[in-house]
Amino acid sequence: MPFLNIESFAKKQVAGVQDYSLLAGRAVANLFTAPRYWSEIWSQMDSIGVGSMPIVILTGFFTGCVLALQSATALKEFGAVNKTGGLVALSMVKELGPVLTGLMVSGRNASGMASELGSMKVTEQIDAMRALGTDPIRKLVAPRLFATVFMLFFLTIISDAVGIAGGALVSTTLIGLPWSSYIADSYDKLLYGDVVAGMTKPLFSGFIIATVGCYFGLKTTGGTQGVGKATTEAVVVSSVFIIVVDFLVTRLMIGIFGS
Amino acid sequence: MAKSARPIEDLHPDAPVVDFANVSIGFEGKHVLKDISFRVERGQTMIILGPAGCGKSVLMKLANGLLSPDSGTIKIFGQEISAMDERQMFGLREHIGMVFQESALFDSLSVEDNVAYRLHEEHMPEDEAHTKVVEALKFVELAAAIAKFPSELSGGMRRRVSIARAIITAPDLILYDSPTGGLDPITSTTIVELIVKQRDVSHTTSLLITHRIQDAFTLATHQFNKATGHMEPIPNGGIDDSTRFLILNEGSIVFRGSTQELVRSEDPWIREYLA
Ligand SMILES: Nc1ncnc2c1ncn2[C@@H]1O[C@H](COP(=O)(O)OP(=O)(O)OP(=O)(O)O)[C@@H](O)[C@H]1O
Ligand SMILES: [Mg+2]
Repeated sequence: MPFLNIESFAKKQVAGVQDYSLLAGRAVANLFTAPRYWSEIWSQMDSIGVGSMPIVILTGFFTGCVLALQSATALKEFGAVNKTGGLVALSMVKELGPVLTGLMVSGRNASGMASELGSMKVTEQIDAMRALGTDPIRKLVAPRLFATVFMLFFLTIISDAVGIAGGALVSTTLIGLPWSSYIADSYDKLLYGDVVAGMTKPLFSGFIIATVGCYFGLKTTGGTQGVGKATTEAVVVSSVFIIVVDFLVTRLMIGIFGS
Repeated sequence: MAKSARPIEDLHPDAPVVDFANVSIGFEGKHVLKDISFRVERGQTMIILGPAGCGKSVLMKLANGLLSPDSGTIKIFGQEISAMDERQMFGLREHIGMVFQESALFDSLSVEDNVAYRLHEEHMPEDEAHTKVVEALKFVELAAAIAKFPSELSGGMRRRVSIARAIITAPDLILYDSPTGGLDPITSTTIVELIVKQRDVSHTTSLLITHRIQDAFTLATHQFNKATGHMEPIPNGGIDDSTRFLILNEGSIVFRGSTQELVRSEDPWIREYLA
């Protein structure tokens, strides 16, 4: 049995990648042509952007705090505690801000999209939408794609900012660094290339979250049980993709900016 | 209710509204429908009967292009849909109303927005759309539920909202998938009455799936009386001559014809099924 299944398994994976690419391609294409569902875009921006704000602020803030604590301890050995600010800022902006925000929003919204579209699929609401003359990709996927990419970009900036602020708070209160030296060092170390690299990542993560979440939602089969499975798969796949693509983008950015 | 902007039936006035020729479809290697051919002429009501799981809903989704056949051709209003892409299908679907087996109302929208879905998509002005929604809900006798959400409705009420959503644009073809399925006899009769009313008032071509043979015979033997606003038996044991029957079993057609032909059928399987 397992031997027979390898072929059909491979076929299924290839078909899956093909379907996913088609969906992503059509969603992007739909963003550039009318009609656009603005009210849907606004409500998704609200649910993704405003709704994710608390978790993004909390994770960003405490990541900044813990980063300051860890780097100060390590830097003390070399007598370089005053470099804490730069280290926190660089780590937050280049790596932790974008990745953690992506993962948090993936856990919250890729799952949300998969379960919402999945329930619509199993209760035939997607078919009903098609029967009523609306393209579900245009009405459901494209607005989620646009809203996620747009909002994740700003959520990442917020995460970076509160992370640096959290680091500053820990550095001044627990480590005893003067506020001005923390900020000055952060500002010195952050280069244009780092900021661009850090800001490029959420564009990819947002794309992954929305397309993977919607893809698993729209291909749901097997009733409510299938919805649960689609939700889990969406979060797992989008999280792994975010980390893999983070690596690829980092490599690319090092190629471009050389650091 | 105003007719759709472009009367599609004028495109091919003599073509049957629905025309299946040698249609087959399967899922994951399992055949569901095998070599199905039938036609529905303008103004006819085709009642589809058959045991559970024999492929009735699949057949209806094929007629609306929600599924595409593995082989064979399907023509709707004389246009071959098996060759169309999804975008061309949207144009055609403007003329088709569909009532899904489980109603398939949008949970996130109120009854009003569900019924007005198509009108909103066409950017009809809000007050005009509202008037039409009220009219459609009155037709299904649910005007009081306009502000409710689908989760607050009973199964029979959802079915009626779903009918209102399907008929609001006065489509040229209506597909009813088990509109009385899982309902008590009284509610079923209310829904059958709505279908008879739609048939006799608008003369819309329709396909109707049902599990309840008594509903099928009620449809064939009753007419809508505009004066009383209720349906009544056709006098002298008369039969509605636009009613046709299609019986499926295990993916194949076992009977196709008029009500008289069905009652006179000698086929043992059909006799047992009707009994
Ligand atoms: N999307 C699908 N994927 C796989 N199999 C399907 C799909 N849709 C239908 N089937 C299969 O096709 C067969 C016919 O299904 P269909 O829903 O048409 O039955 P039905 O005649 O409408 O039954 P019921 O009277 O219970 O509504 C069933 O065996 C079902 O498992
Ligand atoms: Mg069915």
